[in-house]
Amino acid sequence: MSLIEITDVRKSFGPNEVLKGINLDVEPGEVIAIIGRSGSGKSTLLRCINGLETISQGSITVAGAQLIDDEVHLKALRLKVGMIFQQFNLFPHLTVGGNVMLSQMVVRKTPKAEAETMAHKMLERVGLEQKFDAYPDELSGGQQQRVAIARALAMQPIALLCDEITSALDPELVAEVLAVVRELAAEGMTLLMVTHEMKFARDVCSRVVFMHHGRVHEIGPPDEVFANPQTPELKQFLGMH
Amino acid sequence: MIEFTIWDILRNLLLASRWTIVLSLVSFAGGGVVGLALLFLRISRRKWTRAFAKYYIELFQGTPLLMQLFIAFFGLGLFGIDVPAWLAAGLALILWTAAFLGEIWRGCVEAIAKGQWEASASLGMGRLQQMRYVILPQALRIAVPPTVGFSVQVIKGTALTSIIGFVELSKAGTVVTNATFQPFTVYGLVALIYFVLCWPLSKSSQILERKLNVAHRNH
Repeated sequence: MSLIEITDVRKSFGPNEVLKGINLDVEPGEVIAIIGRSGSGKSTLLRCINGLETISQGSITVAGAQLIDDEVHLKALRLKVGMIFQQFNLFPHLTVGGNVMLSQMVVRKTPKAEAETMAHKMLERVGLEQKFDAYPDELSGGQQQRVAIARALAMQPIALLCDEITSALDPELVAEVLAVVRELAAEGMTLLMVTHEMKFARDVCSRVVFMHHGRVHEIGPPDEVFANPQTPELKQFLGMH
Repeated sequence: MIEFTIWDILRNLLLASRWTIVLSLVSFAGGGVVGLALLFLRISRRKWTRAFAKYYIELFQGTPLLMQLFIAFFGLGLFGIDVPAWLAAGLALILWTAAFLGEIWRGCVEAIAKGQWEASASLGMGRLQQMRYVILPQALRIAVPPTVGFSVQVIKGTALTSIIGFVELSKAGTVVTNATFQPFTVYGLVALIYFVLCWPLSKSSQILERKLNVAHRNH
């Protein structure tokens, strides 16, 4: 059984069908890059996996937890998949440490001391231990994004969804975030990332998914997909003529 | 004819001001509690609770406070329920205040970026937990200045209760005028007392707005 099973998923916003039957199985430890033009449905697909968008048809399961739109099922699912956003979405009223501790204490009911230890550990992992008491708006974009990663990791998810996590960053800050992601991948974390970093996708990912008009248009190992695209759409997307 | 000194007039007005202050506090506190409940109904995921809160707010914002006072005072009397003026005044003002505070606070909650809801949801928080730990602490900052500002409206709103016979500052003004035949002096003093009550609130609302904004930018 795969870790994440996406079966015939369809999603419409009103009359506009954004996902037109997606099938994708992800094995534990796989790192998957989802690429495609804006509007191709890649972010929507990612957001469906942890229930930020409801699906119109089909099914999604993550390690046995099925996506069902009620609070109990959603919570069970979200404890298994963490998500990192383009805009970081740190809680501005809490310190860095508070950001990483909050959900542990509120959702997992972890005692404060334990949550704090975990927060220190996770912040160390992303290289920001010394920022424990800083507020998010005192940090650079790259640092904020690393805190967001630590915050997601503190919930000990078995997979992480990354939604264009470097797209809002200044070019010189992209590398520090990707370095953290690269390390996670090396440690065997299952990752699904919507990204525009083609070089990163080529280096790190086990499979690349090219989405076009709400469908998985091409899928395969990065070497094949990037070096030998089969469809004219992917060729065009990659700038090959 | 008895002569009234300015002090006689002022003393009576000040005594009556106590009731303006009490009524304002009761309305504001009660309105705050009901308003908070309205806020939760208004942003609930259930359709009918949202609709209920919406129509409640529209009804109370869309009719004059004076009519609401009349209905609370005379309307219930029609059913044989004898409502004392203080009760009708308190009740109507609480419900009226709640409608406005609920709507002010809804705006504050909706001003919080959608990403905050999404991030807290993706961490597994339920809706109440999201509100309690993520949304409300941030919304509170934005809510303080308009809330304090609205308290001025509540104080001025209490003046209307004089019409149903509740003796507060305005009613006392009328009574004292009838005794002294000095309307200009009396109502001038009444206005002055209202100003002394309201102005510090308006001012602090402005100061808070500046202060909380700065805090929000720089911590």
